Amino acid sequence: MEVLALYNYWVVIFLMMTGFYVVIASGNLVKKIIGINLFQASVFILYISMGKVSGGAAPILRETIQTYSNPLPHVLILTAIVVGVATTALGLALVVRIKEAYGTAEEDDIHRQDESL
Amino acid sequence: MIELINIVLLGLLVITALAAIRLHDLFAVTIMFGIYSLLAAAVFVVLDAVDVAFTEAAVGVGISTILMLATIGLVGRQEKPPSHRPLLPLVVVIVTGAALVYGTFDMPPFAAPDAPVQQHVAPRYLEQSPHEIGIPNVVTAVLASYRGYDTLGELTVIFTAGVGVLVLLGFRRRRSHMADSPEEES
Repeated sequence: MEVLALYNYWVVIFLMMTGFYVVIASGNLVKKIIGINLFQASVFILYISMGKVSGGAAPILRETIQTYSNPLPHVLILTAIVVGVATTALGLALVVRIKEAYGTAEEDDIHRQDESL
Repeated sequence: MIELINIVLLGLLVITALAAIRLHDLFAVTIMFGIYSLLAAAVFVVLDAVDVAFTEAAVGVGISTILMLATIGLVGRQEKPPSHRPLLPLVVVIVTGAALVYGTFDMPPFAAPDAPVQQHVAPRYLEQSPHEIGIPNVVTAVLASYRGYDTLGELTVIFTAGVGVLVLLGFRRRRSHMADSPEEES
């Protein structure tokens, strides 16, 4: 059980880093936004993992249950999910605009047209 | 048993995330993201966060995936293969990951009932909210009452993002339409 004590956190860090890798290694703007979303979803799992109490139940009060998991991370992440989809929509709208202005959604081609590289 | 389901689901998440890196067809990457969100929702159910699970299933799997598919429909589904080798990003990611793993050694063990995060306001919410708010779902009570300003701020963010999307996509269409109409008259 000692090995498993931090297992959740390590897997979450691995998932965060896959999202981070997609953001910085991929040249396509849509794929970058998907990477941000992967990163974001793993941060959600990190928060929810911290709120878990062993032997606890979902925080919906019933007379027969004594131990509940922590409701506060759940509330924070509910807010974060909705804010996340709003920022995703804004980012994707920017990508559509960039595609219309430059004719491409590839980072290298945009830099070439701007002669900024 | 719960631990086993948790470990299997997290393993599937890792496989899905790696597949999203390997694929260059953006449609496939988006579907991988949808699967990833659905698996995350299943993890939330295992970790007792049922409210978060169905929000993630509706918003993460549903709305986000549809938005991405719509964008791919406008932008094109094939990603260009990377022109340079991904050595530098790999180094950055490994160094960041190692720093974060080093940080976890100070964290309390997973699901410990005496962890600091379980000590602060959470017990008060669980004990007092049935008397103060009167609904059994503590998450709803905290979201709508104790942290109501937080939810108001969330609405401000969504409103701002909605206005931003309209400015980027909506108004421009109307202007180009108006620019077209005199030509049609002449």
